[in-house]
Amino acid sequence: MQSVAHEFKAHARRALQDTTLQHALARAKGGFIDQRRTAIEALPEFDELRACAKQIKNHTLAHLDYYLERYEAQVKADGGQVHWARGPEEARRIVIDICRAAGARRITKGKSMVGEEIAINPALEAAGFEAIETDLGEYIIQLAKEPPSHIIAPAVHKTRGEITELFYAHHRSHGINERVSDVASIVNEARSVLREAFVTADVGITGANFLVAQTGSSILVTNEGNGDLTCSLPRVHIVTASIEKVVPTLEDLAVFLRLLGRSATGQEMSSYTSIFTGPKRNADLDGPAEYHVVLLDHGRSAMLGNEFREMLRCIRCGACLNHCPVYGSIGGHSYGWVYSGPMGAVLTPLMVGLREAADLPNACTLNGRCQEVCPMGIPLPTMLRRLRMREFEQNLTGARSRWLLSIWAFLAKRPRLYQTLLRPFVRLLAIGSRGTRRSLPLARGWTQSRDFPTPQGRTFQSLYRARQRKQ
Amino acid sequence: MSDSARNAVLDSVRKALGRDCELDASIETALDGRLNDSGPHVLPVFDEPPLERFVDKLETVHATTVRVAGVADIAAAIDSYIGAHRLPTNIVVARSALLDNIDWPAAFHVEHRGATVDDVVSVTEALAGIAETGTLVCGSSESHPTSLNFLPENHVVVISESRLYKHMEEVWQELRRLPGGLPRAVNLITGPSKTADVEQTIQYGAHGPRRLHVIIIEQH
Repeated sequence: MQSVAHEFKAHARRALQDTTLQHALARAKGGFIDQRRTAIEALPEFDELRACAKQIKNHTLAHLDYYLERYEAQVKADGGQVHWARGPEEARRIVIDICRAAGARRITKGKSMVGEEIAINPALEAAGFEAIETDLGEYIIQLAKEPPSHIIAPAVHKTRGEITELFYAHHRSHGINERVSDVASIVNEARSVLREAFVTADVGITGANFLVAQTGSSILVTNEGNGDLTCSLPRVHIVTASIEKVVPTLEDLAVFLRLLGRSATGQEMSSYTSIFTGPKRNADLDGPAEYHVVLLDHGRSAMLGNEFREMLRCIRCGACLNHCPVYGSIGGHSYGWVYSGPMGAVLTPLMVGLREAADLPNACTLNGRCQEVCPMGIPLPTMLRRLRMREFEQNLTGARSRWLLSIWAFLAKRPRLYQTLLRPFVRLLAIGSRGTRRSLPLARGWTQSRDFPTPQGRTFQSLYRARQRKQ
Repeated sequence: MSDSARNAVLDSVRKALGRDCELDASIETALDGRLNDSGPHVLPVFDEPPLERFVDKLETVHATTVRVAGVADIAAAIDSYIGAHRLPTNIVVARSALLDNIDWPAAFHVEHRGATVDDVVSVTEALAGIAETGTLVCGSSESHPTSLNFLPENHVVVISESRLYKHMEEVWQELRRLPGGLPRAVNLITGPSKTADVEQTIQYGAHGPRRLHVIIIEQH
């Protein structure tokens, strides 16, 4: 999709006032957090697994060319094909060429963030194909013509009422003329509508959670089973994956599988974890005759060589989104591109450009929750700070911020002056308040949604000095 | 075009890693060694006997289980499952040494083929089971089409207790030892199909089976 990350502030403001969205976000948040915690508390080895996974990814990234070549060789040995794409444009062309060569008309899709990254759906439609998302969440947002707002729960921003209306508007062509509003009926209606798509599709496109170099396999983790129907029934299976998805062996994969489900939805294992290796074997009764993998770079090899390499450990579990107070307040669409939350605030500027997404790294309180819950131990706050530094170096920081920062820097380097100037403000803030203030002049934006805790008596420095004197 | 993209991506990766050439031979040998023989990393410890754990975990994820004494009891177990849920007795069944030995009741109409959208009940045999997570391992083959695992609303899986392993790492060993290597599709199945995409409310039977029923043949 075309990035609208430059409109972040306007979108965030609108999201905060959108009561339907706020309702949906509030509902989602607690569930994800509680389920993850329960699952992790039940596995004493979680931290050990986390350290091990980090080490495996670091090793793989340090030898990425080797593992990619081994992976490619193994896919070919099993009768599959590997295609390389430097960027979204090249990836789209590869996918469209495969679909054309297959004489395809209808294409089913499993959820793929790389598919979103290369905006494959509009490209397929423009090329004359019918592309149907089959993950229920993706299907809902495809009907609504919206991008996903969460990497594992793409329609998390949609309420049941909105889905009811979407289905009512779009399913009449399938002979369904009644509104369904309970969860079971909504799911059943989607099931019956999409069944026809599964069995009539010519090509199935899925993403991959992992690629295994040892066996040339792509791994797909789902709960609905849509991914498996997408790639087992059509004649052609295309996997869209990015280069950092490769892990060396099945034993390495096991470590990641134990982390992924728990971090994402609090599941020990998702309902379906499938290992796909090549096209159908000669005597198989089903499975695709052609198996293609499109390997996308899109800025990743550049990240490998700079201070953002650790971001390539990300396994797209969504835990950082679920624990981020900013994401929880404004939802995924405000971020203006495919990825959202803390991982999106790092990836988007690196993929669509720092100027375009300059607000994203700044929309963060640096509270560190994301890094704490990241199964791959990615120092997300550090990366966001690095992006802020880049913005400053590239003169992308606004004039007012630079001006205020330089004043602050001037004072910070002169502690005595800093104290002298600060003291009257501290006294002023404490006057007539009982611990908190509901509003502050010049900081209304800050106090609109929370109270400002006022200074409680003396400053830290004066307390510290008094203590030193006593000793 | 594809070759130039391939070389460009790999060159860019090498450049990022601070190398402008292929890997050193000694490093490559070490990496080959790691690829060919990597033991398990961290194995979660559990004390329960594998069968208890397997059943427990499967039921936690909304599957149903029944234990039988031998192959002779499978047909009756399926019959009672079909009766309890008022399902049709037209069933699609995978082939295997074990399943081919089932003596089906006269009322059953059994077909061996891939599933269609009209099939309601499928019966397959799992290659293996994983006790750690209550996971069934199904491999695609000419006798076990993948569609049997996903299209019918009821998936009945038969597994012998002797096919149970503690961790998935043991199953990987078995898979790599299969003649012809890994099947096209290995499905690790842990519960029926489900979704929480509508207001985070779990609903079973999203696109795959609504029910997963596991028949375990106990060892004596």
